[in-house]
Amino acid sequence: MKHESLGIIEPQRACCEHPLALESGGTLERYDLVYETYGNLNDDKSNAILICHALSSDHHAAGYRDESEKSVGWWDSLIGPGKPIDTNRFFVVCNNNLGGCGGSTGPSSTNPETDKPFGPDFPMVTVKDWVKSQVFLSDLLGIECWAAIVGGSLGGMQVLEWSTHFPGRLQHAVVIASAAKLTAQNIGFNDVARQAIRTDPDFHEGNYYQHGVTPERGLRIARMLGHITYLSDNAMAQRFGRNLRQKEQLDYQYNPEFEVESYLRYQGEQFVNRFDANTYLLMTKALDYFNPARNFNDDLAAALSTATADFMIVSFSSDWRFAPERSHEIVRALHTNDLNTSYAEIESDHGHDSFLLEIPDYFKIMHSYMNRIYDQLSNTPKGYVDKDVGKDDGK
Amino acid sequence: MIKTLAKMMVNKVNTTNLSRFDLQIISDWVTPNSKVLDLGCGNGSLLKHLQNTKNTTGYGLELNPEMIAHCIDNGVNVLQTNLDKGLTHFDSGSFDFVILSLTLQAMRDPKKLLEEMLRVGTRGIVTFPNFAYWRNRLQIALNGKMPVSKELPHKWYNTPNIHLCTIQDFQKLCEELGFVIESSIAVHSSGKSNIGLTAMPNLFGEIALCRFKKK
Repeated sequence: MKHESLGIIEPQRACCEHPLALESGGTLERYDLVYETYGNLNDDKSNAILICHALSSDHHAAGYRDESEKSVGWWDSLIGPGKPIDTNRFFVVCNNNLGGCGGSTGPSSTNPETDKPFGPDFPMVTVKDWVKSQVFLSDLLGIECWAAIVGGSLGGMQVLEWSTHFPGRLQHAVVIASAAKLTAQNIGFNDVARQAIRTDPDFHEGNYYQHGVTPERGLRIARMLGHITYLSDNAMAQRFGRNLRQKEQLDYQYNPEFEVESYLRYQGEQFVNRFDANTYLLMTKALDYFNPARNFNDDLAAALSTATADFMIVSFSSDWRFAPERSHEIVRALHTNDLNTSYAEIESDHGHDSFLLEIPDYFKIMHSYMNRIYDQLSNTPKGYVDKDVGKDDGK
Repeated sequence: MIKTLAKMMVNKVNTTNLSRFDLQIISDWVTPNSKVLDLGCGNGSLLKHLQNTKNTTGYGLELNPEMIAHCIDNGVNVLQTNLDKGLTHFDSGSFDFVILSLTLQAMRDPKKLLEEMLRVGTRGIVTFPNFAYWRNRLQIALNGKMPVSKELPHKWYNTPNIHLCTIQDFQKLCEELGFVIESSIAVHSSGKSNIGLTAMPNLFGEIALCRFKKK
């Protein structure tokens, strides 16, 4: 099935002149958010869907940046005309997170107080702060209530934050390959990545912009490590095995000899060219800090008790960084709160990266769920559970 | 005949076109506005029916990804779950009714699942093919072989229905587990009732339906 493309998308910029009080204690006096939109907002502004991006992506979720094939958005397979998140039906918004390097205010932006890049002076931002900034964007766009907020991985954490802190502002929460908190193993991986960057001699305590360098080696290693963990053992075995790179014999040198080595180096190289090291540090910290149950004696159900949205939770069988068990925890907390919840565990060999891939069972379920959302825009279908009734009957 | 039963089970697995009488009886047993958990909910048609007619809330559990999409199409809450792994992720006393329709016989540990049903719910409703139905008895008695039909070419060694039982067997297990059968009915797959069914359900009942709770 060939779908039409969204074509080239022009990013837009929202300027917020109101100070944002951050969870870490600091304040951002003003900030910009860069975002893209796809499709048209309907008259009653009820068909808007917010897409929340993950660690290394940005506001460019769908369509193309320019004429080149390579400039395609990171979730273009899912978002577009006739696709599961159908832009003929929905008005879709995706913004670059605060602290990002896609154009929103972040460490590489100019600090108005010093006229130099923020660098290490950019305050620590968290999932909570991102959601607050997205609320500002919603107000600016005149969207009182999102038909759905959709996110994968770190994006899913933003969806959870929205659903509990601004429950009246979304109808549906779609949380894909995510977790309500990272495991020790995950935090460990993130810290190895951070140490790789911070110990790079070109890091200059985060002030590398002024030195005209970037901590390339550190960022490259961080990305290589991340990339390994986003794939599954099977996926790597199938794709690379022990294949040698354009040769038959081992040459007993430290040059990349196995295909997997040159692939990872290539991935690292590509990443260094498009991503800021300080942003990578911030994003991984935001991942580590997220834990809505922390203030509720580690009781996730209590933390989610303010949510009223309907939830669709999706996990992938071979995802070991955001394992199905993490999704089970979310699902359990949701049904403890008697919330309308559906959960799908998709068979896939592609590890955490699965959420970015066009896997038939996954897309079929997304299609069905988005259909359900669309049907509810105009009328409440008969077969659907009224969540208020469910609440009253709750234990 | 087992053929018909097999066909119904095929339906259950592939499309879950629960026949009207089955839906109707279960629906009659479920009190309005109650919380329902449907184990092995297929495409969600039973839950949809209960939502529409009884204003119930709750969830369906299903393993088959295709069925998950159908449930979502039907506006039913569905959680992809392997029932053989138990219901440990549900808190005790979460539901008013836990329904297991034409699935008991395919479970690895039916006894444990029945116990789990009345841990998470107040009442259980089970429907199962009665293996003591006279035509089954006749097939085994005359041929001396496990009944196999053309429509469902499963042999005894590859059938998903690994724990077939009779109405009497089920009653005995309920007693053992300390369950009280509140209502039970045996029906013919056509939905028609007759004197034989009422007098000797274990002989003339093709499908058994039971509603039970703890003593």
